[in-house]
Amino acid sequence: MASLRSTSRLFAASRPLFRPATFARSYATVESTPKNVDPIPSENPNMKTFKVYRWNPDKPSEKPNMESYQLDLNKTGPMMLDALIRIKNEIDPTLTFRRSCREGICGSCAMNIDGVNTLACLCRIPTDTAKESRIYPLPHTYVVKDLVPDLTLFYKQYKSIKPYLQRDTPTEDGLENRQSPEDRKKLDGLYECILCACCSTSCPSYWWNSEEYLGPAILLQSYRWLADSRDERTAERKAALDNSMSVYRCHTILNCTRTCPKGLNPGLAIAETKKMLAA
Amino acid sequence: MFSQKVAQQSLRRLAVQQPLAMQWSMMRATPAAVALGKGIQSRPVSSSPNTEDPTQILAKQRLNRPIAPHLTIYRPQIGWIGSSLHRITGVALSGTLYLWATAYLASPAIGWHLESASMVAAMGALPLAAKVALKATLALPFTYHCMNGVRHLIWDTGRALTNPAIIKSGWTVIGLSVTSAIALAFL
Repeated sequence: MASLRSTSRLFAASRPLFRPATFARSYATVESTPKNVDPIPSENPNMKTFKVYRWNPDKPSEKPNMESYQLDLNKTGPMMLDALIRIKNEIDPTLTFRRSCREGICGSCAMNIDGVNTLACLCRIPTDTAKESRIYPLPHTYVVKDLVPDLTLFYKQYKSIKPYLQRDTPTEDGLENRQSPEDRKKLDGLYECILCACCSTSCPSYWWNSEEYLGPAILLQSYRWLADSRDERTAERKAALDNSMSVYRCHTILNCTRTCPKGLNPGLAIAETKKMLAA
Repeated sequence: MFSQKVAQQSLRRLAVQQPLAMQWSMMRATPAAVALGKGIQSRPVSSSPNTEDPTQILAKQRLNRPIAPHLTIYRPQIGWIGSSLHRITGVALSGTLYLWATAYLASPAIGWHLESASMVAAMGALPLAAKVALKATLALPFTYHCMNGVRHLIWDTGRALTNPAIIKSGWTVIGLSVTSAIALAFL
C-alpha cells in the first residue's frame, strides 16, 4: 500500500484525471481533518472564515497567532458578536472576549474587526464569504488574553479628568442645578459616549504616547465637563489640560471620529477644547 | 423572624472566625448546618503548599503581555494615511532645506559651486525628462504639505470636522496637490 501510494503521488501531478478511486481514502487521511469548522452546518452551508487573534497568558513563551474558524452564516446571527459567541459555544470554548449587553451600550466588546475598531455587537458580518474576516484586540493595548485588552491606564486617565460636576455655590432654591435647554443642548453628542476605547486605541498619537496623552475618548469626556454650564471649575480643568502632552499630542489625524461606533465626534470635541484653551 | 436572626448571627460568627470557610459554605451549606458547625470544611495542611505569592501571579503575567498589533493591521484610510504623508513630507521638505542651506553656506569653503548661475547651467544641461522628474519630486511634497496645511488650519477653527467632510477634503487635497505639482513640474 505504501509503495502504491508513493507511485500514485508521482503520477498525481501529471495525471490528476486518472487518479483511481481506491486511493481516495489514503488522500483524505494525508490531509488532517479540518479543525475549527462549524460542527453542524445547514443543508446549503454559506461558510465564512474568521481569523481570530489568540494569545494565552498561561503559555507566555508562545507567540500570539491567528486562529482560523469556519462558520455557516445561515446558522449565525447577523453580527460579529453572534459569530464570536457561536465559535465559543460550539467550536472552541477557550476563545476569550468581553461582551455583555449585545446592543452597543456597554462597550465591552470593543475590538478591531477587519482593520477598524468597533463594537462587535454593532458590526455586521460582511456577507462576502470569499473574503475572510480578521479580528484583533484593540490596537496597541496590552493583551490580557485573546481579545481582552488591559484598559487599566485608560480608566486611570478617565479618573484623572474628574468626570463629575464640581460646584461650590448651592442653587438659589436649594433644589437641582438647572440649566437652560440651550445649555443642555451643548452636551448632546458628548454624554452618549460609553467609554468603549475604540477611538483612543485607533489614534496613532495615543499608540505612541498613551502614558501622557489623554486620548480622544478621555478628551471628549473632559470637554463634556468643560462645556457643562453647571460646572464651576472650568478654569481649573483648563489649567490641568494646558501642557504640551495632555491635549496637544492630538495632530488631527481624526481616526477617532472615523471609527466611533456610536457616531460621536471626539475630533470636534478636541478642536473645541483647543479653542477654549487658546481663548 | 427569630430563626432568620439566628441564621444570620451564625453566618456572621462564621465569617469572623473562619473567613476562608465562608465562601465555600455560602455555596453549599444551609443556615441550619452552619449554625450546627457542619458547614465548616477542614483541609489537611499538606494539601495546598502554596509557596508562591498570589499577588505576583498578575505581576508576572503583565510582564509577558504582548502589545496588540496596530499600524500593520489598521485599515488604510485617507485620514491617517494622509496625516502620515503630511508628517513625512514636512520632515523631507525641512530636511532638504536644512541640508541645502548648510551646503550653500559651506560651499565657498569646500569649493563647491552652488551659486544660482552654476545651478541654472547644470539644470539646463539636463534632458527634459530628468528636469520634469526632478521638479516633480520636489514639487509634490511641497504642494501636498501646503494644501494639507490649509486643511489643518480650517480644522483648527472647528469647521469641516465631520466624517464626510474629512474624507472629501482629504481627496480634494490629493487631487489639487497632484495637479498643481504637475503644473509646477512643466513650468
